[in-house]
Amino acid sequence: MTFEYSSAPESKAIVTIDPVYKLYIGGKFVAPKSGKTFTTINPATEEVLAKIGYAEKADVDKAVKAAQAALKIWSKMAPAERGKYLYRIARIMQERAREFAVLETMDNGKPIRETRDVDVPLAAAHFFYHAGWADKLDYAGVGTNPKPYGVVGQIIPWNFPLLMLAWKIAPALATGNTVVLKPAETTPLTAMLFAQVCEQAELPAGVVNIVTGDGATGAAIVNHPDISKIAFTGSTDVGKLIARSVAGTGKGLTLELGGKGANIVFEDAPIDETVEGIVNGIFFNQGHVCCAGSRLLVQENIQDELLEKLKRRMELIRLGDPLDKNTDIGAINSREQLNKITELSNSGDTEGAERFSASCAIPSKGFWFPPTIFTGVTQAHRIATEEIFGPVLSVISFRTPQEAIEKANNTPYGLSAGIWTDKGSRILWTAKHLRAGVVWANTFNKFDPASPFGGYKESGWGREGGRHGLSAYLKGAK
Amino acid sequence: MASSNSRIDVKKTYKLFIGGAFPRSESGRTYEVKDAKGNFIANPSLASRKDLRDAVVAARTAHGGWSSATAFNRGQILYRIAEMMEGRTGQFVDEIVALEGVTPTAAKKQVEEAIDLWVWYSGWCDKIGSIYGSTNAVSGSFYNFTIPESLGVVATFAPSKQSLLGLVQAIATALAGGNTVIAVASQKYPLPAITLSEVLGTSDVPGGVVNILTGSSAELAPWVGSHMDIDGVDATGLSAAQEKELRIAGADNLKRIFSFKESQTPARVLSFMENKTVWHPIGL
Repeated sequence: MTFEYSSAPESKAIVTIDPVYKLYIGGKFVAPKSGKTFTTINPATEEVLAKIGYAEKADVDKAVKAAQAALKIWSKMAPAERGKYLYRIARIMQERAREFAVLETMDNGKPIRETRDVDVPLAAAHFFYHAGWADKLDYAGVGTNPKPYGVVGQIIPWNFPLLMLAWKIAPALATGNTVVLKPAETTPLTAMLFAQVCEQAELPAGVVNIVTGDGATGAAIVNHPDISKIAFTGSTDVGKLIARSVAGTGKGLTLELGGKGANIVFEDAPIDETVEGIVNGIFFNQGHVCCAGSRLLVQENIQDELLEKLKRRMELIRLGDPLDKNTDIGAINSREQLNKITELSNSGDTEGAERFSASCAIPSKGFWFPPTIFTGVTQAHRIATEEIFGPVLSVISFRTPQEAIEKANNTPYGLSAGIWTDKGSRILWTAKHLRAGVVWANTFNKFDPASPFGGYKESGWGREGGRHGLSAYLKGAK
Repeated sequence: MASSNSRIDVKKTYKLFIGGAFPRSESGRTYEVKDAKGNFIANPSLASRKDLRDAVVAARTAHGGWSSATAFNRGQILYRIAEMMEGRTGQFVDEIVALEGVTPTAAKKQVEEAIDLWVWYSGWCDKIGSIYGSTNAVSGSFYNFTIPESLGVVATFAPSKQSLLGLVQAIATALAGGNTVIAVASQKYPLPAITLSEVLGTSDVPGGVVNILTGSSAELAPWVGSHMDIDGVDATGLSAAQEKELRIAGADNLKRIFSFKESQTPARVLSFMENKTVWHPIGL
């Protein structure tokens, strides 16, 4: 039986995309000094969406100066008033939610269902949550009268462009810091729309500065002497590079990096819910999720049944036009990422694992990868150890809970993990022994501004969200 | 000094403390320690890279048991360390006076502060989670909580000034968070550290939970930085240049590296803890 759906495309009419975007510095949209631009494309169609200003060292310097100037106003403003600006931003984001969702889907390739229901509401919620912290910082757990760092440099990835912006900017602003933020090279558009939100909210000039560019722009931020703290979300390799760059400078640093999350299924797990959880864990956002459940650890005696159901479910996943409201899996964000996913998946074949991909049709234009699982994976395989950052799941079996823990923790990463079982004491035992910062039990890939997020080991430093995340933007006793 | 009929002192061989045992350095190396007046006092071990690696293995092995011991149990053991130190006060005072050249009064004050610090951190073991953990009001039908957990294996470089107190500050904070420790003693003033290891050896501290190395911080720091099974470093006792090098090397496995100004704050304990957030649906 197949389900046929008529297409239900979300209208693009709600967004206006300018042909060229400038940098947002000191409350103004200014052209980069060099006049250089780069393009951003829709990964589902490969159409060019806009030209984007390319910020270099001089532009970053200008942004830092604007942020320094704004710090005098922002850090000294009555905290309750500072909070009101964040509330305003949250409200405007809610008002313009559909616009953000459509634009994000066009620039990123992720399904509209997800930008509409997850990314944008969560981003607005993040500002609303942190707005309420602004006048309660004495209770943030770092002692009374804590101080902001100053100018904070923030570098974010392309997988959740607006949401990661919110994760970075909201706590920084609530705590009285000012910001120089660099969106990812392939997904700058919602950040530029956010700059318009800052204008509508009448946020004082220079509190938020947005500089678009690539790794060199990021390096100019990381190495800028007048930036007091760096917050980075991205790959572990770049995170280590940043850690080395800031060594000895006294800069604060928080890192949200890669993962190879174990999704552990015990024999007594509710099997249908578990299948949904596995699908959500690895195929959500095309698997472009640092906390994806990319290793399925399944108890041996239920493996056959579970995989049969999982494969059947995978055939029902709808891949295609991200703007179609029926779409489950959208486009891979870039050709570069598609190549990486393809290369790593091919290593799964050559190293002896068995590939199963859903038999969905692949559009002729754009970047796509079908939902895929590998069985017969050993712990030594590259697909069991390296982060694929795509819709590719590695299945590994286990016999005892102890073995599950050993295999789950057998990675330099430690970001997320999942547990599926009906037994409460087993959930808590497993959660206790997992070396991971976020553990989802009988659920997966849930996020909330009140819930601290971040990794153990090489998945990063610090947390984002909740009181724990907030405290990373405050200097207190240590 | 000794006249023909006076008793000859039985002098102590100062050794390392690894895995609950007191080995010499595998390298066979020692170095000379002199008192504040320049007189020879002892030839403690000059720990090698291999000694460090042995200590890391011991600390990693001990971590499972120590981190999963009940917080009440860990608190009692930290308190037991205070009890054992109290009985050795005189010995610590003599060593500090001889090495640091301070007055007996100042030395006694340092020892007492160190003892009291164990008592203070003992009490934190079963409270840190209540104060710094949280239940999080997420929007959705989920129970969501965050708890601080031990980081793992922590190496410490204690400052030389007030050598015993600095060492206890570093070790006690890491232990209170459920970590196991490799402590590098003050190079100039190592004897109180060695005596502390004898205290730890008789305080119900499981073998390997604390390991103490004497020797050269400058020699050991780069090996600590690059060791992939060390999770965190208290670099308070290192120079700025040494700390920078350690941070660069430590980035290979993203070690959590801190140096501290304050001694008596839960922030120090939390620096070597990780926060774990657990979600579970609420439903029938």
